[in-house]
Amino acid sequence: MKTLEIKKTAPYTTQIGPAHPALKEPVMFTFELEGERIRKADFAPGKAHRGIEWMGLRRNCVQIVYLAERICGICGITHSLSFCRAIEQVAQIQVSNRAHYIRTIVGELERIHSHLLWAGVAAHELGFDSAFYLAWRVRENVMDLLEYLTGNRVHYAIIQIGGVRRDITPDMVPKIEESLKFFEGVYGKLASIFLDDTTIQMRCRDCGVLTPEEALKLCPVGPTARASGVRKDVRVDHPYAAYADLELQPVTPDQLTGEIRGDVYDRIIVRLLEVKQSIGIIRQCLAQMPDGPILAVPKMALLLAQLKKAEGEAVGRHEAPRGEVMHYVRMGKQESPVAWKVKASSYSNYMSWVPMLEGEQVADIPIIVASIDPCISCTDRVTIVGDQGAQVWTKEELHRLSVEKTRQLQLG
Amino acid sequence: MNIGNLIMVVVGTGAMALFGIVAGLFYMGIDRVLVARMQARIGPPLRQPFIDMAKLMTKQNIVPANAIPWLFNAAPLVALASSISIMLYIPLGSFAPIFRGYGDLILIVYLLVIPALAMVVGGLASGSPYATIGAQREMVTMISYELPLATTIIAFAWKYAQLGLDNPFSLATVAATPIWSQVGPLGFVGCLLLLVTMILVTPGELGKIPFDTPEAETELAGGLLVEYSGRNLALFYLSLGVKAIVLTAVVVALFFPYNLSSYLAMSALPARLVDGAFFLVKIFVIMFFSVSLIRIAMARFRITQVVDVYWKYLGALSLVGLILVMVDSFIR
Repeated sequence: MKTLEIKKTAPYTTQIGPAHPALKEPVMFTFELEGERIRKADFAPGKAHRGIEWMGLRRNCVQIVYLAERICGICGITHSLSFCRAIEQVAQIQVSNRAHYIRTIVGELERIHSHLLWAGVAAHELGFDSAFYLAWRVRENVMDLLEYLTGNRVHYAIIQIGGVRRDITPDMVPKIEESLKFFEGVYGKLASIFLDDTTIQMRCRDCGVLTPEEALKLCPVGPTARASGVRKDVRVDHPYAAYADLELQPVTPDQLTGEIRGDVYDRIIVRLLEVKQSIGIIRQCLAQMPDGPILAVPKMALLLAQLKKAEGEAVGRHEAPRGEVMHYVRMGKQESPVAWKVKASSYSNYMSWVPMLEGEQVADIPIIVASIDPCISCTDRVTIVGDQGAQVWTKEELHRLSVEKTRQLQLG
Repeated sequence: MNIGNLIMVVVGTGAMALFGIVAGLFYMGIDRVLVARMQARIGPPLRQPFIDMAKLMTKQNIVPANAIPWLFNAAPLVALASSISIMLYIPLGSFAPIFRGYGDLILIVYLLVIPALAMVVGGLASGSPYATIGAQREMVTMISYELPLATTIIAFAWKYAQLGLDNPFSLATVAATPIWSQVGPLGFVGCLLLLVTMILVTPGELGKIPFDTPEAETELAGGLLVEYSGRNLALFYLSLGVKAIVLTAVVVALFFPYNLSSYLAMSALPARLVDGAFFLVKIFVIMFFSVSLIRIAMARFRITQVVDVYWKYLGALSLVGLILVMVDSFIR
């Protein structure tokens, strides 16, 4: 892909970002505009690189769990769970069933909180501030519940290699049930605001369309893929934690409207339905939760010793609120991992921006950009510094670089 | 015009400017508090717009390197001055307009264009792509709401011309002979449609949600006003505040010119005060329905949708209103 040049004659090119009210995190867009219509769209990520993997390679695995949690400010459990799943495979640590269920419950609560947060952001991008305030107000309830269960509103610090750090005791269940009832009531209210409101329909129907063919070609994940009719969900396709015991199906918009259009409106439907689905999943978990220990290796010294002896590589995956997250870890009989690679869900979703944006209006940029629920600082793994001017890396160059990196790893 | 008259006009203009600015900021504060309460927030204190103005006046006034400085600095002044000058043609309560006998409805329609045009000029002069897009959108919005607005004014002008009064287009005449008393049942329905049209034209004129496309915070980062800061920005805010009073006062004068004092048999001074207070209440009611209530219940339109709404739906609505008023006069 060639970067668009800044031109001062029609068709004009305009930049949006890296800092712009439409973007909650820094990413730079370049648009070729014809009046209000977007002819071409291009984007350049890499404005929020923090070197987290580099930091991780200088820490031991238990420390990385907390570092991984801080990759994303919203999905606290997503990265720590994926990382732990990878490490547990390498070190052959068996997680107890009870811990699996607790991980699932917290994961689904996080999904509710993340989707409500997104609903608020989307409403704000559309200029519908009343819906934004409503969504964020009801979100406080699930944040409070998460704090009650884990001790923290965000960055729950509940996942540990080999299990979880806090149990969900029977006296906590009524409070969870109370919150679930609250969200069942809220679901109806949110659905009537977001799905029946005329202005939201005017702005979101047939806007930012990603056809199923393009969705298959560009491999988006999570709600972005499901809204285009690609039935793909790590929880169903490759069950982990307690998901294999539970009843669930990938959510697609046709379950509500009977058709799949792959537009922004469909993405709203999918996220709203997933809030409802998460409530059901938590109910199932509470009903089926087995007894047992919550940690496989409760003694920290023992755990660290065991991890130090581990050798091998593994991939840990988790269906985050935004889609599949993947952590690759390679251990080599030392305290810190030899390699740690994080793929956040937005990385897979970025490319679908281009077909969504092209042909739409300037007014649709904020909502289309927000519609994939981008998590930009989570995704930034690479940034190029010190070069003069912009440089675009071709596929061949990137392939060569990654082959070199792999070879370096294999040589140790 | 003798010296006494001249002094009256100068003092009156000063008083009107002061009233427009203070009332404009005050209603901005009421709107913000009401909207906050309807969104289950606490909201700012009522005097927040005054605090904002005081703060903006002390801030640095930045003129971008790309801008055309004289045009960029002149636009906010023109906007405020033209907003205030419309105030001189509008009756407030039982106070007759300062320029009574000079201006009329048609003049007001033209004058209303000037603050918006000043914003467009300021936007285009600021040399920012966002402001340019905002200015283009503002022009398109203006062209769009002019159709229903003009149709409504034509309906009034035509009706009052039919009545054979002296100076039929003057707002003072309209205020003295309420439209509702001059029409039959059909015309009544027509006038209701025209009222709805005017209520929906108001947020477009004032650049409020769902018609705030020229400013569109999340799209254009403030659009037209993106490069404005300090005193210039304060002047634009003041002109918006005054314009809000002007527009609602026009709606009041056209549709609700009734005064309380005529029903209460009061002496001259208290009657004027009561009418003044009643006028403020009427303005508040119009403002509540046309700005606050609409802006909390909707998402922002695209610019193409703004044109659709104003030309197709409100254009048709006001035309039906006009036709009903005409038919009503013929069959009576």
